[in-house]
Amino acid sequence: MPAQTSKILPIPTPETETYWKGCAAHKLLIQYCTNCDHFQFYPRSICTQCMSRDIEWKTASGRATVVSYTVMHRSVSKAYGDEYPQILALVRLKEGPQMMSHIVDCRADKISIGMSVEVTFQDWTDEVSIPVFYPLSS
Amino acid sequence: MDSLRGKAVIVGSADTKVGVIAHMGATQLCVEAICLALEDAGIAKNQVDGLITCNSMADPYMYHAEMIAEYMQIFPSYCMSIGAGGGTTFTALHHAASAIATGTCNTVVIAMADSLRSGLSRERAMMMQSSSGHPQFESPYGPTVPAFYALIARAYMDAYGATEEQLAAVAVAMRTHAARNPEAQMRDLITIEQVLQSRMIADPLHLLDCSLVSDGGAAIVMMSAERAADMKQPPVFILGVGEGHSHEHISQAHSLITSAAVDSGRRAYEMAGLGPKDMDLAGIYDCFTPVVLIELEDLGFCGKGEAGAFVEEGNIDLGGLLPVNTHGGLLSHCHSGNPGSMFALTEVVKQLRHAAGDRQVSQAETALVHAQGGIMSSHCTLILGRDNS
Ligand SMILES: [Zn+2]
Repeated sequence: MPAQTSKILPIPTPETETYWKGCAAHKLLIQYCTNCDHFQFYPRSICTQCMSRDIEWKTASGRATVVSYTVMHRSVSKAYGDEYPQILALVRLKEGPQMMSHIVDCRADKISIGMSVEVTFQDWTDEVSIPVFYPLSS
Repeated sequence: MDSLRGKAVIVGSADTKVGVIAHMGATQLCVEAICLALEDAGIAKNQVDGLITCNSMADPYMYHAEMIAEYMQIFPSYCMSIGAGGGTTFTALHHAASAIATGTCNTVVIAMADSLRSGLSRERAMMMQSSSGHPQFESPYGPTVPAFYALIARAYMDAYGATEEQLAAVAVAMRTHAARNPEAQMRDLITIEQVLQSRMIADPLHLLDCSLVSDGGAAIVMMSAERAADMKQPPVFILGVGEGHSHEHISQAHSLITSAAVDSGRRAYEMAGLGPKDMDLAGIYDCFTPVVLIELEDLGFCGKGEAGAFVEEGNIDLGGLLPVNTHGGLLSHCHSGNPGSMFALTEVVKQLRHAAGDRQVSQAETALVHAQGGIMSSHCTLILGRDNS
């Protein structure tokens, strides 16, 4: 296996294609079940709460709070090397679902659990943009 | 169905050499572990009719258990490879106990080995790490395995005011155990200070909060309690077993600070008819120091948020209320990947046979072992005893 020289890019599946297209257009799309009024992430073919297949896409507010974080000092591959230390976080979207992301434009000693953050997008290739979050000034 | 309680026993148990074992490949280590465990049990390979393994990362096969059977020219009637990360070992034992209780097979070998230290290049090892995340929703963010556990550590510290010193106390306790075990990979005593001064890997986890990367394997032999009556070794009874599975990927966890060890522990205690206070010692999965704190709490050895003080008070040391990982654990004995929790199991078997020498827990009658795999995902708890009553 050769050394990883590029970042790990998501390979969309039929359930997730819409989400990644949304990211490419700098929109955070999450799934909403019209049957039981439930938001979910990551994208799935069923509602995890009521098993309905009547799922819509909604543009999320982009607002979230930090659930936990770590300042990573060691990179998984050289492709990420220039960006260390880097903040990896779990954030809870205002709509409810939790997701993994990076916290950007934030000093490592300023991050805290419960901090309010907002989504922004990094264009990694012509097709792939990745959602990351930055602190909202309080 | 009747309870599995006391139906199956462990009659053979052995480890290979562990640490840096560059002259043996992963398949060879697995076979060596089986040979040693069969020898320990006094059983010939043609008596083995059940074989359970887990795949190796360094030397993988599509059908690993079948490959090991082929290699050894064993022809089992029950054969499978299991993958539940660190929880693999004990879920394998759960399946084996069920197979024995239902008469599906008579003599089951569970064997696991890997060569994470010598059999993988650094690049391949890092690729393995990134592949443990969700390929679309985690891995693109470049997390390492320590970073996943650091998210848990940070949430735990924030919720309960636990300190980095308390995490470090787990690493110190494991090293103190390992110092008594001539087989352990890391035996030089360490201090809290040294843990805190070791290189930061993923804040708040320092290098010495992280388990080792090792080569090594272990195997056990199981059979029914009746058949074990006239075996070479005193049997170790499986009194309780329970599993709990809450998620695969950490970003999908419903809680970062309470794990499905609550469920696996409750199921195991219920089957055994025993509780945390009945345990004389424990083997607790210690891939990273915060995991031990959360598991001690979730398995009922102390209340939520109390495990840091529980460890600082010396309760998991030899002579403490609940000696944990008297072999030195994943933090100081060895961690060869999926097989890692096997060594906690073989150690507990040794303790319950009263054959642990200098590190013997006095009057050890009943023990709990717990492992988890993925990122606090798949949990399995076992309760083992010297007798069936
Ligand atoms: Zn629904």
